Amino acid sequence: MAQSTDESSSPGSGQDLRLESVSKKFGDFVAVDNLTLTVPQGSFFALLGPSGCGKTTTLRIVAGLEDPTLGRVYIGEDEITSLRPYKRPVNTVFQSYALFPHLTIFENVCFGLRRKGVKDYKDKTREMLDLVQLEPYATRKPAQLSGGQQQRVALARALINEPGVLLLDEPLGALDLKLRRQMQIELKRIQTEIDVTFVHVTHDQEEAMTMADTIAVMNHGVIEQMGAPSELYENPTTTFVANFLGQSNLIVVDVVDSSGQTVVLDCHGQKVGVDAARSHTAEGKGWLGVRPEKIFASAQGTVEHDDANLLTGGVVSDVSFVGVSTQYLVALPWGQEVMVFEQNTGHRASFKNGDAVDLAWSRQHAFLLDAGQDAHAGVVSGDDE
Amino acid sequence: MTQTTTSPPKASDDGEASKRRGWGWLLLVPGMLWLAIFFLFPTVQLFFTSLYDPSGSYEQGYALTWHVANYVDAIKDTWNLFGRSFMYAGISTFVCLLLGYPLAYAIAFKAGRWKNVMLVLVIAPFFTSFLLRTLSWRAILADQGPVTSFLQTIAILPDDGRLLATPVAVIAGLIYNFLPFMTLPLYASLDKVDYRLIEAAGDLYSSPFTGFRKVTFPLSLPGVVSGTLLTFIPACGDYINAELLGTPKQYMVGNRIQAAFLTEHNYPLAASLSIILMLIVVLMVIVYVRKSGTEKLV
Ligand SMILES: Nc1ncnc2c1ncn2[C@@H]1O[C@H](COP(=O)(O)OP(=O)(O)O)[C@@H](O)[C@H]1O
Ligand SMILES: [Mg+2]
Repeated sequence: MAQSTDESSSPGSGQDLRLESVSKKFGDFVAVDNLTLTVPQGSFFALLGPSGCGKTTTLRIVAGLEDPTLGRVYIGEDEITSLRPYKRPVNTVFQSYALFPHLTIFENVCFGLRRKGVKDYKDKTREMLDLVQLEPYATRKPAQLSGGQQQRVALARALINEPGVLLLDEPLGALDLKLRRQMQIELKRIQTEIDVTFVHVTHDQEEAMTMADTIAVMNHGVIEQMGAPSELYENPTTTFVANFLGQSNLIVVDVVDSSGQTVVLDCHGQKVGVDAARSHTAEGKGWLGVRPEKIFASAQGTVEHDDANLLTGGVVSDVSFVGVSTQYLVALPWGQEVMVFEQNTGHRASFKNGDAVDLAWSRQHAFLLDAGQDAHAGVVSGDDE
Repeated sequence: MTQTTTSPPKASDDGEASKRRGWGWLLLVPGMLWLAIFFLFPTVQLFFTSLYDPSGSYEQGYALTWHVANYVDAIKDTWNLFGRSFMYAGISTFVCLLLGYPLAYAIAFKAGRWKNVMLVLVIAPFFTSFLLRTLSWRAILADQGPVTSFLQTIAILPDDGRLLATPVAVIAGLIYNFLPFMTLPLYASLDKVDYRLIEAAGDLYSSPFTGFRKVTFPLSLPGVVSGTLLTFIPACGDYINAELLGTPKQYMVGNRIQAAFLTEHNYPLAASLSIILMLIVVLMVIVYVRKSGTEKLV
């Protein structure tokens, strides 16, 4: 299901990073499966997927720390598939930071420049330490810094080399939530400032969506879908993407007519529709997907049917108040429960358990997926991971 | 390493340590007692013995006359033995490091599932007695033995050249006997080196050799220091190798001490030799650890 690239990015200027049909096997286990993608120069690209899906392996192939079993890697026109790591214009911020414990922060940061024989490495190192706000710590050893500071050293140590491509392997994974949010903004700022291609690996969908220009969602070594964050969120093409990025209600439907602009569906006897552009299956059964915040719940019989899709006969089965919004579970006549998020605008008293409601959403807000897939693929339990 | 811009790191200020007072020091007691009885007491005894009047004898007893001249006599006769001891020990330590480092490196990074087997092989010589193994080296290095004949055949040794009873044999014996003491600490500290750091060095434009020089080797320095100490110190006092593989021309201080103690029963001489040897070694160790400690040790 690897996709070709031209749909998400203009084949760009000179130094794009390109992977062509890259596969990596460990014994019989396929960690990366026929991956093809282009990361345009200067973009912030996120590789998003659950733990163990092959993100690190993909980065290591780009860094030259792992040889691909098949396929080629290019930067611009130059093939780097079998170039040794130290000859690649690529630097990595490692998942574990991998700071040199025997060297000071200053020595860690100037390590790459000194290997390259840059003369004025001292000035550059001071500038870089300034950029990541670590000047006062220059003479400390890594063990004497906090996690967030170590993370910035790792970033500085890679960035100072002005690499063509910077690889970041879950660089914020070890930080607590508040610091992580702060560093996300910081990283994004630095990336915009210095205009380096960032390939940022994460399993945190929120992180990917806030930071990246383009996200590739990866699962079992394969890219499920690639595109701008809003595109992936609004128009996912697989149940995995629909569930892994945010939450989705997936309701089983029969396709009645897929010939027109609007695909007509039968949902347990009620007629609904979805835009043809968001329909990813043409016949038979399908999963109709609607995001919880796109659904409008109203007391039974109070809403006009006009352009909106309407499902009647729901009963509120759970109400949880979370401050900015109220989250309902609504049981539909055939037993399935759907999530509905409602902003607490205060215009209306909230529903209570047992209230009869109708659910409405606009046709442009739903999507239709192939029913051959597991409706629970990519469901994220808990807040993290 | 030539970092000029940075001063040594400030120790992190911790008021913690002074607050932590408990019963932890009790753990020291058994070990301290043991050392007091079996190390401190004999050492003090040795010190007094070194100052006995040498005219006494084992049968008639000695008088403690603070006879400092014992030391002068000891040095006068044996300074060349000291020189030879430190030279032999130094050479064998150096060769042990050259042999042990690649071995330890291979076990730590390349051995894979053979790691444990290789470690057992490194200590396998300890399964038989030091004395027996050194004796069997006599056969290996004998004039008609395989090694000598082979070296003669390929003309590295002249036809009447020999190995046994030469400095080469003594040093080779020392190297053989102390190699595990070098290899094991080296292995222990190389095994602790995080492979990802070596990868990071590669990512930061270090060729494999530069990565080794700048990352792997500095991180293994604690092992280098303890390995060289564990080899050098016992090698300085060794007498078995010189006794079995050499002649009096290759004798080391240990041989002289042994003779003074066991054959001549000249206890004051033996004791003052021991004390001198001990002091010199301690001094060298302090200088060595200081030097490696401030500059390179983590
Ligand atoms: N050196 C290796 N040998 C065998 N299996 C590996 C190796 N490296 C990674 N894998 C396997 O490949 C899969 C993908 O790993 P990885 O790329 O680290 O995942 P991610 O970074 O997405 O969590 C995992 O199932 C992992 O167990
Ligand atoms: Mg990973």
